[in-house]
Amino acid sequence: MLTNSLVLGAAGSGFNGGDILFQLFMFIILLALLKKFAWGPLMGIMQQREEHIAGEIQAAEESRTEAKKLLEEQRNLLKEARTEAQGLIENAKKQGDVQREEIIAAARTESERIKESAKLEIEQQKEQAVAAIRAQVASLSVLIASKVIEKELSAADQEKLINEYIQEAGEKR
Amino acid sequence: MHHEAPIVKFLGLNFNLSNVLMITVASAIVFIIALLSTRRLAMKPTGMQNFFEWVMDFVKNIINSTMDWKTGGRFHILGLTLIMYIFVSNMLGLPFAITYDHTLWWKSPTADPVITLTLAATVVGLSHYYGVKLKGVGEYGRDFIRPMPFLFPLKIIEEFANTLTLGLRLYGNIYAGEILLTLLVGGLASAGVGGMLAAVIPTLVWQGFSIFVGSIQAFIFCMLTMVYMAHKVSQDH
Repeated sequence: MLTNSLVLGAAGSGFNGGDILFQLFMFIILLALLKKFAWGPLMGIMQQREEHIAGEIQAAEESRTEAKKLLEEQRNLLKEARTEAQGLIENAKKQGDVQREEIIAAARTESERIKESAKLEIEQQKEQAVAAIRAQVASLSVLIASKVIEKELSAADQEKLINEYIQEAGEKR
Repeated sequence: MHHEAPIVKFLGLNFNLSNVLMITVASAIVFIIALLSTRRLAMKPTGMQNFFEWVMDFVKNIINSTMDWKTGGRFHILGLTLIMYIFVSNMLGLPFAITYDHTLWWKSPTADPVITLTLAATVVGLSHYYGVKLKGVGEYGRDFIRPMPFLFPLKIIEEFANTLTLGLRLYGNIYAGEILLTLLVGGLASAGVGGMLAAVIPTLVWQGFSIFVGSIQAFIFCMLTMVYMAHKVSQDH
């Protein structure tokens, strides 16, 4: 009896068809219940989490791309601004150069003009002075001639006289 | 040492009431545990939800190691239920065995060959069903004469051998564990104070080992289920 039960287990007597049916029945019921109440919802939430994570990764990827794009844009803007500033400075420099040239040229013309007018005035003055001397010499020669005619003079006297007059003319000057 | 089984005849079938009781208890425990731990599902899992998600991934890995997920996904729930039910059944007989009037009432339901063979036959039957469903009758039939037609008898024997080994492996492991526990507790420990002291340590050790064996057997049953399924439904050999 003992060996018999060890070999065949607790069953011992006969064929337990009922057990088979019951086990099958219970297992199918358990399968159905667990599917409906436990595994189904659990799988659902795991699926949901998977989708959530995938969505988050997608969103992160997108925002990263957008940030990259914005960065590129900003960099371009900065470069543009720098170029523009460079251009402005260059322009200002050029304008300054032109203005300097203009001022220098104007000053040169002005000085030339002043010099010219001064020369002209000097020339005029000289002209006047020469004219005045000429008039003086003429009157003096007339005077000398009249003096010579007026009286007979010795050579020595004449010399003396001329010297006198020349002196006189020099003093007058 | 020997216990009678409470057998009643009903509608011309023999019902072992102890089996009926333990099947019900095991199913109820599995269902209640699963139900309680999946009541408050959250995106950020806590406590028992974590554990069950781990079990799901565990079974998923078993399936993935035998077939691709596209065909194997449909067996996920079957595998989960099998591994949970067999594990709980294996554990039920460990803490105690209740006998009443020389009749064994409380034991592992998997310590009965009828139960384990029923499960094994269910699994093998399902594998044939899915084989026909997924590959068609012709392809399914041709699998029996591959790679050589003269292997056909062996293929037929293989199906029955698969069923027998799948069921009897589980039964043998669990039943042997229970027998040894019964011997230790019912034989040695009831032979006086000295016997009781001597029985404490082997009983503890054997119970620990039985927990290990019970877990391993649940895993192996699930694994082999998926292997047989894959054998029937996979397109290439």
